[in-house]
Amino acid sequence: MTALLEVDNLRVAYGKIEAVKGITFKVNAGEVVTLIGTNGAGKTTTLRTLSGLLQPLSGRITFDGKPLHKTPAHKIVSMGLAHSPEGRRIFPRMTIEDNLRLGAFLRNDKEGIEKDIQRAYDLFPILGERRKQAAGTLSGGEQQMLAMGRALMSQPKLLMLDEPSMGLSPIMMQKIMATIKELKSQGTTILLIEQNAQAALSLADHGHVMEVGKIVLSGTGQDLLHDESVRKAYLGED
Amino acid sequence: MNELPQQLANGLILGAMYGLIAIGYTMVYGIVQLINFAHGEIFMVGGFGALTVWLWLPEGFALGAAVPLMILGGIVVSVAFATAAERFAYRPLRTAPRLAPLITAIGLSIVLQQVVWMWYPDAKKDRPFPQFEGGPFDVFGANIQRGDLFVLIAAPLCMVALGFFVTKTRSGRGMQATAQDPDTAKLMGVNTDRIIVMAFAIGAAFAAIAAVAYGLKNGQVGFRMGFLMGLKAFTAAVLGGIGNIYGAMLGGIVLGVAESLATGYIGDIPGMELFGGGAWKDVWAFALLILVLLFRPQGLLGERVADRA
Repeated sequence: MTALLEVDNLRVAYGKIEAVKGITFKVNAGEVVTLIGTNGAGKTTTLRTLSGLLQPLSGRITFDGKPLHKTPAHKIVSMGLAHSPEGRRIFPRMTIEDNLRLGAFLRNDKEGIEKDIQRAYDLFPILGERRKQAAGTLSGGEQQMLAMGRALMSQPKLLMLDEPSMGLSPIMMQKIMATIKELKSQGTTILLIEQNAQAALSLADHGHVMEVGKIVLSGTGQDLLHDESVRKAYLGED
Repeated sequence: MNELPQQLANGLILGAMYGLIAIGYTMVYGIVQLINFAHGEIFMVGGFGALTVWLWLPEGFALGAAVPLMILGGIVVSVAFATAAERFAYRPLRTAPRLAPLITAIGLSIVLQQVVWMWYPDAKKDRPFPQFEGGPFDVFGANIQRGDLFVLIAAPLCMVALGFFVTKTRSGRGMQATAQDPDTAKLMGVNTDRIIVMAFAIGAAFAAIAAVAYGLKNGQVGFRMGFLMGLKAFTAAVLGGIGNIYGAMLGGIVLGVAESLATGYIGDIPGMELFGGGAWKDVWAFALLILVLLFRPQGLLGERVADRA
């Protein structure tokens, strides 16, 4: 299996502070890969660099066989990499439907876009019920659904989700995780960042544990789920 | 002169001009949170661009046929200056503290005034602008000069076109997205640098149209005309709710009408005789701004800042 995304010795800094200190991992097509770790481990920085919002200090990013680390952010989405950012970041003063349409900003196939909007409504019926409502009026969980639906509108080869369960009620969180599972079963490749290690690892094919800018442990989701140090540090067991 | 329809018409004409200029302040602020204090001068150079086209045309060329060409000339000059300012003065400062681009804008405004003063032929004093011949029209008891008719037609057309652009075109939706969250707009594939240039260009084009209206109304253009008009238009943008394009036009019209009514009627109030007449109109305009900022800081149509997050 060839890797869809390859990250090779990536380093990223804010000014003089190095937030990502040389990480290497890959994502194969059809897999769910998760990066777990505490706040400040460099997970979000990694994702923001992959989608071009931050420039790497050094290292290589190869996506679908093409180098990514010199491509401006607005061109990366058209290569098939979609990013649902931390904190959801929906466009609050636009309607739900317009938010979804923005996800398809670079697409020209009108019929395909309408079909995919319908698909987003099938995936998240609540969005369809409120399609003409300003997105800022949605609850946190509904905004998360919108952010995921919006990211899917670009028909990505790889979907990156940054903390989709952040700040959600347990019920809403289960719903979001069930959706990720459903997307996985439909064959979507996903790079998932989570603080909720239990939930992330139980549905991931591979996982990497990040600590202060480095990957300290890698393995299959099940391996990590049963790893003693992971259980102690991230699953709250002693 | 003190009849109500006339005062309202005067206010509307002036206000439509403020509104057209205010669009430029509000669009640029909405997208890069920069008060482009050089925008008054972008308006001014548009007036000179239009005048230049008029002077190039052969003698005896009909003004009615010349106006579209003059508008085009004004737009070319204003857009060129505005996009150059964005590229070379503001873009390098995009990540700098907010004060830096603001001071740059003020500096740029002085530079543009001096450039016109020094290098445009005979611009050290006001230069005459062509005028439509013939008497005024009578509309509901108000006399509307032929030159003033221009802005009354141009302003609504511009607003309809802008509204269509922002809501119905791909670039317009990209512009809305950039205004609300530039980083996320990039993630959607929006080229935010291009959107920013576009915002400056549209604002400059509207300012150039306002400058043609100003020339036709006042019969002259001068290198200083951007200062007070720019300040008033900025006031209009704040009044209407900065960042909101319809607010800018509404703010302009409210400001123009308030100014006109204050000029016409405040002197009639017993005890206020001293404050009547045109000399006080700027005082009333800025007093209105202070009142709005006190009681409705987000402006007439503005959202509260908390909603923007």
